[in-house]
Amino acid sequence: MEKLLSDFSLGLFVWMTVLFLILLGLLRKFAWGPILNAVNDREEGIRSALAAAEDAKREMQNVTADSERLLKEARAERESMLKEAREIKEKIVSDARDLAKVEGDKMIKQAQLTIESEKKAAVADIKNQVAELSVAIAEKVLKEKLSENKKQLELVDSLLGDIKMNA
Amino acid sequence: MRNTLLSKFLIVSALLMSFTSFAKDAKEAGEAPEKDKKTEIKEYIEHHLKDSHSFSLFSYTKDNGEHVYVDIPLPVIIWDEGLKVFSSSKFHHGETVAEVDGSYYKLYHNKIYETNADGEIRYGDDHKVMNDKPLDLSITKNVVMIFITGLLILWMFSSLARSYAKNNNMPKGIWRFMEPIVLYIRDEIARPNIGEKRYRKYMPFLLTIFFFIWFLNIFGLTPLGVNVTGNIAITFALALMTFLITSFTGTKTYWKHLFDPLGDTMPWIAKIPLYIILVPIELLGTIVKPFSLLIRLYANMTAGHIVLMSLIGLMFIFKSWIGSPLSFALAFAISLIEVLVALLQAYIFTMLSALYFGFASEEHHEEHEGEIAHL
Repeated sequence: MEKLLSDFSLGLFVWMTVLFLILLGLLRKFAWGPILNAVNDREEGIRSALAAAEDAKREMQNVTADSERLLKEARAERESMLKEAREIKEKIVSDARDLAKVEGDKMIKQAQLTIESEKKAAVADIKNQVAELSVAIAEKVLKEKLSENKKQLELVDSLLGDIKMNA
Repeated sequence: MRNTLLSKFLIVSALLMSFTSFAKDAKEAGEAPEKDKKTEIKEYIEHHLKDSHSFSLFSYTKDNGEHVYVDIPLPVIIWDEGLKVFSSSKFHHGETVAEVDGSYYKLYHNKIYETNADGEIRYGDDHKVMNDKPLDLSITKNVVMIFITGLLILWMFSSLARSYAKNNNMPKGIWRFMEPIVLYIRDEIARPNIGEKRYRKYMPFLLTIFFFIWFLNIFGLTPLGVNVTGNIAITFALALMTFLITSFTGTKTYWKHLFDPLGDTMPWIAKIPLYIILVPIELLGTIVKPFSLLIRLYANMTAGHIVLMSLIGLMFIFKSWIGSPLSFALAFAISLIEVLVALLQAYIFTMLSALYFGFASEEHHEEHEGEIAHL
């Protein structure tokens, strides 16, 4: 202890304290302050950059989710549109079919009516012709018979009466 | 196998060494020269450990026994009824008396004493020098080294700061090596010991003492042989600063803890007898803590220097072909350890200072209670 005390030099202590305090002050102003600030700024920058990256990632995920949703919606819409189209097509086809059927039926009916009326007309025509023919034949026959026999005339009359009843 | 070989080698070399030294003793006929060598080495080591008024580079002895010192004289500044400044070359290493403005001064064991014209040193009862000692404010070797180290640190770290400004806050070149050390002190020493909120205030001091002690320790290992951190005045100044900062930045909690360590755990009447013992212990503790800092650094660095120089000195005692390489190898190994010690002591000083600052600046009472529970 005594050796320590005798080794102690007041002058050196004073110099040491003064120089150290000056050094501390200078370093604080020109070195540690700027260094620590720079390091802090850098760390702050890194932290904010990381946060920004995280945000961007989240944003990206949102965008992806959005686009996926949009895609899904579009797909669903297309699906429904296709379905609708199919339905419309089917409806149109069936409508057309129905219409065609109705039209066809109508035409068939008309045709039938026409045929019927034609047939009637034809029958009537035939009847007329037959009647004319018969009349002509009968005329010829009558002309023959009348000249010969009164009784035969009576017979034609009865025959004609039969024909009229059949018609 | 290898170990036994090594131990055999060591035994043989030890035997050889003793034989050779015996032989030399016999040749020189008597122990006196050997003893002189030992005392000389001892004195040399003691001289080296102490501060000096000149920056010695080397010294040698001429054939006629005359000692020649090659050194750079440094200015002597003393206060003795007025400021006196002169060159230390006037002392001629204590061999002559320096006359300045009618007063006579003599350098004796690296200290300046006022003497009469003949340079007489008077001794007291127990070999104490009775001469007057003027206030010595000389720029000694240690002061020069502090100055150089200070300039070096200032240059290094202001360049680092500038390199940040230039390179967009990124270190470049050598600063990539220095920056992690600064960050280590911040993240591993200051932050955990002082706390996230208050550590910034102490950073300049912690960084400065760390690099100051480390660099001076390393300078101590160079052949220049400066022993700044192994000087009690230096470590005292450093520890005193730690103590003052601890005391002045101490919070209410810290002081309350000093004078009222038990807090509300018992009624005041029961505390009185306890506090007669406890409070002085607590107060002593605040002084013992920095005191341990100053002794630890001083003792470690001085011990390292003594061991190293003694090992080198062995070379001159065992003047044999086996002693020199052995002492050289040992000195080399110790040097490597000393490089580690240089860093370690700087780290410990900084670390413990941070710890004391942490205690002093604590604000939450819960932490203290936790600490007591922990103890």
